Amino acid sequence: MLRRLGTAVGCLLILVWCLLPVAWIISLSFKTQESITVGNPGFLPSEGTNAGWQNYIDVWDNEQFRRAILNSVGIALIATVASVILGTLAAYAIARLEFRGKKFVLTTALAIAMFPVVSLVGPLFDMWRTLGLYDTWPGLIIPYMSFTLPLAIWTLTAFFREIPWELEQAAQVDGATSWQAFRKIIVPLAAPGVFTAAILTFFFAWNDFVFGISLTSTENARPIPAALSFFVGADPFNRPASLLAAGAVIATIPIIVIVLVFQRKIVAGLTSGAVKG
Amino acid sequence: MSTATVERPARGKGKVRASDRARAENSLGQKLVAPAIFVMLLVTAFPMLRAIYLSVFNYTLTAPDDREFVGLGNYITALTDPLFWRDTGVTVLYMLVTVSVELVIGFVFAMVMHRVIFARGVIRTSILIPYGIITVVSGFAWQFAFSYQNGFVNGWLPGISEQFNWFGETTPAVIAIMVSEIWKTTPFMSLLLLAGLAQVSEDMIEAAKVDGASWTQRLFKVILPNMQAAIMVAVLFRALDAYRIFDNIFVMTNGASGTESISFLTYRQTIEQFQLGMGSALSVLLFLSVLLIAWLIVKLFRVDLAAARQEG
Repeated sequence: MLRRLGTAVGCLLILVWCLLPVAWIISLSFKTQESITVGNPGFLPSEGTNAGWQNYIDVWDNEQFRRAILNSVGIALIATVASVILGTLAAYAIARLEFRGKKFVLTTALAIAMFPVVSLVGPLFDMWRTLGLYDTWPGLIIPYMSFTLPLAIWTLTAFFREIPWELEQAAQVDGATSWQAFRKIIVPLAAPGVFTAAILTFFFAWNDFVFGISLTSTENARPIPAALSFFVGADPFNRPASLLAAGAVIATIPIIVIVLVFQRKIVAGLTSGAVKG
Repeated sequence: MSTATVERPARGKGKVRASDRARAENSLGQKLVAPAIFVMLLVTAFPMLRAIYLSVFNYTLTAPDDREFVGLGNYITALTDPLFWRDTGVTVLYMLVTVSVELVIGFVFAMVMHRVIFARGVIRTSILIPYGIITVVSGFAWQFAFSYQNGFVNGWLPGISEQFNWFGETTPAVIAIMVSEIWKTTPFMSLLLLAGLAQVSEDMIEAAKVDGASWTQRLFKVILPNMQAAIMVAVLFRALDAYRIFDNIFVMTNGASGTESISFLTYRQTIEQFQLGMGSALSVLLFLSVLLIAWLIVKLFRVDLAAARQEG
């Protein structure tokens, strides 16, 4: 009985922990900008300072904000697809084939997952300017791919180890080559794992900030987290909190939708990818 | 896994004579991993080598022609600068506090998620929201929450003046940044711990209970030792991630009030002041310190790297 009560209290605690700051930023996005300038403490908008949808309209009218959303969606999607394709090839080899250098691949992936991103920014900044990749979509897609590949490789390897591979052997007995067996039999079976890896990869790319601020200079390629942080508004000493909050809520919607729809897959991917028995 | 062991003997024999089949497999395997390896190294190994090269020059982007060789000068300047050590100290503090708090809260959350039967979906969905949310958004949310002008924290916390400025001094500012960091990353920790918890056999816990072990005994003698691998991997990943803390600091204080981390210092030197030589030296030092921390954690806690590396 005590145990059940404890679990119930724990559940409530988790819900408050996770949702309170989200509720807060939503509440903030409905406060009027004038009241923010004066100072409007408290969790909910106080009497007469409810702005309705005005902040959302204003932020959406902002050309730079719309462009940043487009950049983020485009860059994150391309990086995800490319990274998952390369990750699938590599994970298949790791889970299924015997080859020299397997340990090297796994060690490299682990090392890169722990790499301090900021230490690359300087030389990359220099390199990208020389190569003409600075402030372009590919200039962000390539680093996103490098840093999501370890995650993709781990998750996919864990999934691939669970697949009933007899089917592949059966196909090979029937005369299929290794490549045909991979493409025709394994890819459809592996799709759920691939999908999970794609979600985690997308989260990373959508979330990135360091590359986003260092490798872009204009709205040409600047993704949404960077755009939000540079969004100053009319008065540089008093940041337009409610406008920023509205922008932040819009930037969070894709994440919430993905979480709501694919909750089970994400948990499976995170737990199978990182710790294995 | 079981299928892998079924066919291994045949393949083991093939290795001795390196049959055509084994050679083809070896070559296919290497071809399949080659693109991934190439992309991973393109943006890490190559720029890192370049950073090592640039770090021995006095090289400013605003005056690229004045590049001169200074040997280890940049390193000596950095290592004798109190700012470098202050930032390193602050970074270590961020890492130690956030990871230990996350470990405790994350474990409690994992226990709750492990036990809860109904509303499982709701709990897991909501715990993924902080995980998925952009760090910059989390930083903004908490910055405004702690703001005395527009926030609610001062009003809710007893014993804190309504006018208290959290970002005016080092200690409260560091606490505010830590809160945002902990809020955002605890779900990741708790999901990793949940996976470890699922591996502890219920029979063993039940047996300990029958033998009269108390709740604390069961926790410390049965549950925790049996999920040690999961805990260590979670700590390793989170500690190295916490040492790289950047986003929250950038958004919440922009490095003011002594909240700057070592990543932030490196960023400031390279991107804002265009000091590529000095910045590269700092990059190398940052990289070395991450290596050192990884090595320390692996040695001290005897993390099973094979498990972290996903070797089956």
